[in-house]
Amino acid sequence: MTNAWTDIKNTDLVVVMGGNAAEAHPCGFKWVTEAKARRGAKLIVVDPRFTRTASVADYYAPIRPGADIAFLMGVIRWCMENDKVQWEYVRNYTNAAFLVKDGFGWSEGMFNGYDEETRSYDMDDWEYQIGDDGFAMIDPTLQDPRCVWNLLREHVDVYTPEFVENVTGTPKDKFLTICEMIGECSAPDRVMTSVYALGWTQHSKGAQNIRGMAMLQLILGNIGMMGGGVNALRGHANIQGLTDLGLMSNLIPGYMNIPRDTEVDFETYIAGKANAPLRPNQISYWQNYPKFFVSFQKAMWGDAATAENDWAYDYLPKLDVPTYDILRMFDMMSKGEVNLYFCQGFNPFLSFPNRAKLLSALSKLKLLVVMDPLQTETAHFWQDHGIYNDVDMASIQTEVLELPTTCFAEDEGATVNSGRWLQWHWPGATAPGQAKPDTWIMSNIFLRVRELYRTEGGVFPDPIVNLNWEYEDPMEPSPEELAKEMNGRALRDVYDLADPEKLLVPAGEQVSTFAHLRDDGSTMAGCWIFSGSFTPEGNMMARRDNSDLGDTGTFLKWSFAWPLNRRILYNRASADMKGRPWDPERTLIEWNGEKWVGFDVPDTAPTAKPDEVMPFIMTHEGTGRLFSRKMMVDGPFPTHMEPFESPVENVLNRKMRGNPAARIFPGDLEQLGSSADFPFVATSYRLTEHFHYWTKHNKVNAALQPEFFVEISEELAADRGITKGGRVRVWSNRGEIWAKAVVTKRIKPMICDGKPVHVVGIPLHWGFMGAAKKGFGPNSLTPFVGDANIQTPEYKAFLVNIEPAAEEPVA
Amino acid sequence: MKDTASGPTTAVSNPPVQPTEAYFDQGDITRISATRNVPQPDRELTKLAKLIDVSKCIGCKACQSACVEWNDTDPGVGENVGVYENPHDLTPDMFTLMRFSEWENPVTNELEWLIRKDGCMHCEDPGCLKACPAPGAIVQYSNGIVDFNHDNCIGCGYCVTGCPFNIPRISDTDHKSYKCTLCSDRVAVGQGPACAKACPTQAIVFGTKDDMKAHAEGRIEDLKSRGYENAGLYDPEGVGGTHVMYVLHHRDQPGLYANLPEEPRISPVVEGWKGVTKTAGLAVMGIAAAGAALHGLFARPNEVEEHDEVEADRLVDGRDPQDGGQV
Repeated sequence: MTNAWTDIKNTDLVVVMGGNAAEAHPCGFKWVTEAKARRGAKLIVVDPRFTRTASVADYYAPIRPGADIAFLMGVIRWCMENDKVQWEYVRNYTNAAFLVKDGFGWSEGMFNGYDEETRSYDMDDWEYQIGDDGFAMIDPTLQDPRCVWNLLREHVDVYTPEFVENVTGTPKDKFLTICEMIGECSAPDRVMTSVYALGWTQHSKGAQNIRGMAMLQLILGNIGMMGGGVNALRGHANIQGLTDLGLMSNLIPGYMNIPRDTEVDFETYIAGKANAPLRPNQISYWQNYPKFFVSFQKAMWGDAATAENDWAYDYLPKLDVPTYDILRMFDMMSKGEVNLYFCQGFNPFLSFPNRAKLLSALSKLKLLVVMDPLQTETAHFWQDHGIYNDVDMASIQTEVLELPTTCFAEDEGATVNSGRWLQWHWPGATAPGQAKPDTWIMSNIFLRVRELYRTEGGVFPDPIVNLNWEYEDPMEPSPEELAKEMNGRALRDVYDLADPEKLLVPAGEQVSTFAHLRDDGSTMAGCWIFSGSFTPEGNMMARRDNSDLGDTGTFLKWSFAWPLNRRILYNRASADMKGRPWDPERTLIEWNGEKWVGFDVPDTAPTAKPDEVMPFIMTHEGTGRLFSRKMMVDGPFPTHMEPFESPVENVLNRKMRGNPAARIFPGDLEQLGSSADFPFVATSYRLTEHFHYWTKHNKVNAALQPEFFVEISEELAADRGITKGGRVRVWSNRGEIWAKAVVTKRIKPMICDGKPVHVVGIPLHWGFMGAAKKGFGPNSLTPFVGDANIQTPEYKAFLVNIEPAAEEPVA
Repeated sequence: MKDTASGPTTAVSNPPVQPTEAYFDQGDITRISATRNVPQPDRELTKLAKLIDVSKCIGCKACQSACVEWNDTDPGVGENVGVYENPHDLTPDMFTLMRFSEWENPVTNELEWLIRKDGCMHCEDPGCLKACPAPGAIVQYSNGIVDFNHDNCIGCGYCVTGCPFNIPRISDTDHKSYKCTLCSDRVAVGQGPACAKACPTQAIVFGTKDDMKAHAEGRIEDLKSRGYENAGLYDPEGVGGTHVMYVLHHRDQPGLYANLPEEPRISPVVEGWKGVTKTAGLAVMGIAAAGAALHGLFARPNEVEEHDEVEADRLVDGRDPQDGGQV
């Protein structure tokens, strides 16, 4: 989230698209209810299904799964056509005025420079024109045909309301009604918020869906505003913390990168992170990367990380591919290239696509270790459960170790919510049986492995034997010790860079801000963005003062929000070029002539002059990006792409399939189905009664939603002879499932590219373990392909067929 | 923070966490099934109500979950029969149930998914209590809560017949009748009902009936401003008003909400029976009432008239076995 859950109460318009907040985030959804009840806010839902969120919405429109970009580009076009633009914001706070290189262009649904062989674009020209002064060239009048604004106008020109209707299936009148409701929020005193979740991410172009909304919010001037922003509703209680702490194969904590093998030494690596500002006076805060990186290396390897050995740069692994994401790992596993797999807090056998491939992959492992509080399907993948897991047990030789862990309610520590709040919590119960905290298990494994390296040596034992492990009980580092380590502390006295006499942090003391981190080895911090969470004053995450100064919803004394307890990112953009709030009713921060003051921690330097320093301090430009340069592999503007399995061709380019820049492995491509064999669009989703694959283990949840089902329209039911409550078989080119049929008016056929499109809704939550009736997950059907930028699997749009099935034989 | 909290007020925010004084008890009972001339308490409690704002409800079933947890019931893992209702009906182990209705509004041509939390309405004039032949099995407190005392319940199912909302359910296991208690045990110590506490959108709020009506007015105004011209409060007069009320977008058509009765009334049969039971009625069923937990319960003999006898026989003979009655 750019903003926070509590901030949603400040909005005028909530757009739920690519999510189903009432269903999947019912507790957070209370803030939408607040905005509606207290401010008279309106709620729009755009979804293939009339969802529980739609049931309390002011306006609902259907959309074909996977057609969101066309919809969003259509809204942007409408806003540009109808002057629904926050002009002062767009001119100054976005890169609308920046001039783009001549080589950049777009035709027939593709950007220039596509190479079919490598499935990638030549991105060299996706960049600004650089002037003689070394800065990007701009045209503040927005007249230059090469400025971003005019390129965007040209880019969205195709997305007329008629085009949108034809591609998305959203009736034109409904689309236009929504455009008008959204357009009102271009006024400085009207604010819209976007809340989305996996409905936008789980596509082969998921990141571009979100880009589309981010661009729209910039055009409306809603980023940085109270009640505005682009707000990802995270699916697990601590999935935000997972990404913050770099639990991705290509990241280290605080959104820094694992080096690529091309970055052969520290110098090359850091040179690639130079991040010089592209406009005068701009902050370009990532210029501080070396301070955060060196402090991370010191946290990892302590005294072994020295200036002489480039802060132990060589200890870090070097990626030979962009990521070893889970799709890649399972693909390698299916080829027998993985021997041992540690599965911690994760149930991939139901969570990842193409279960048949997962089964084959897991069966090729020598050893699978599952650390989980529950008996997961992954740990029991080898067990025969009839049609629900039809395996030949004798043929599977994988050894499986289940290590029972504590669950969140038995642990102490912080979880990071969607609004970036690190909320400390305490155990509510004692763990059952032999369950142990994950840290205990990991420590015990590590200490044994380190001992082996010490005694037996190895190819490169240094990163293991030198790992910093200064905990009171090495077998079980305490949550407090780990939290302090992530916050960071001074290793030597740290002085003010502007005033060498001024001592900021004495040696040994916790830092209170990442501004005190240094690249000379005098500080350490495990995760720089968490600096300030555990200061000399104590554990800021454990604060529970719910007073709210100014009734802004910022709650600055409740827990800690990264970065620096800031509750609304880019909040500098809530004020104009003179530092006055766009909307006095929504005063968050303002310029008092000398510095920024207000109800939130200013997202700029405290004395940064409002007419000089632009609000987006993390970008090189100082502005938000309507044109995202080379940041994304599938284009600097979102362009309409069909899902890999689609009932219709891409009307922009009928030869194009899916996202042309997305990676798809050989074998998986061949397993894609066609609409001739699989005429219906399937989409998967969560239900309120359950949480992922956990709560089916709980009798109460299982009672409230006991059995796997799929949802279809009355029209499709009639067409296929399916009755309400009857049993059906659903199959894709990768597998088949059996389910009960819920026949509903909440799903209706749409007309796209001239033909009717039927949607089959497939909730997840069932498997073959637990208290609920045995069932299937949608992953028996889904394609093994992910988003081009971050590899999130395409779970929201794929093709299936459906037919009535005989009742399940009584065993 | 005070050491003790005062009695319940409008629980739109979190209820108090500190220990509270007992707020009401058996001394506040004003009506007792099959019992005449119940001595009236010295004090009269403020009328309470739970308000269910159907327009804020997202159908998440947190209320059902909280109800199961608080009352420690086990509704069991059933099956899907093509609908979202689970269990499929109220049961002796499920005192509240989200009912889902899909309705295409002929005026707007828009689909509406109307979700109503079903359960005991806690009628000011409770048909169940009037119909109940077992002395002390059903009581009403002066704050309006209608509660079942299972020690005295004989499982006859008259309460089911007497209820204009078809709420009580008879257990096959212990042959007692069950329904929502409005969490009388929680309310008695200053807490709101479990369902209201669990509701994430505050679609369920609890407090004095006057407060709830005032709160409803604001909600109705909001709904009218959003085009629901017929939004209104459901507090039906036919049963003297209820202590569970609904805010409905379509107050003119309560039947849209899974057949919520338009004008609920106690069955004329029950009314004709004057709300009095008699030993003869018990004899017909061959079951003796057991236990008199409540003060003054058997202090006065019940008077049975011939008319009552006839009506009692009609009730027993005409009883629908589906209602779970025990013979």
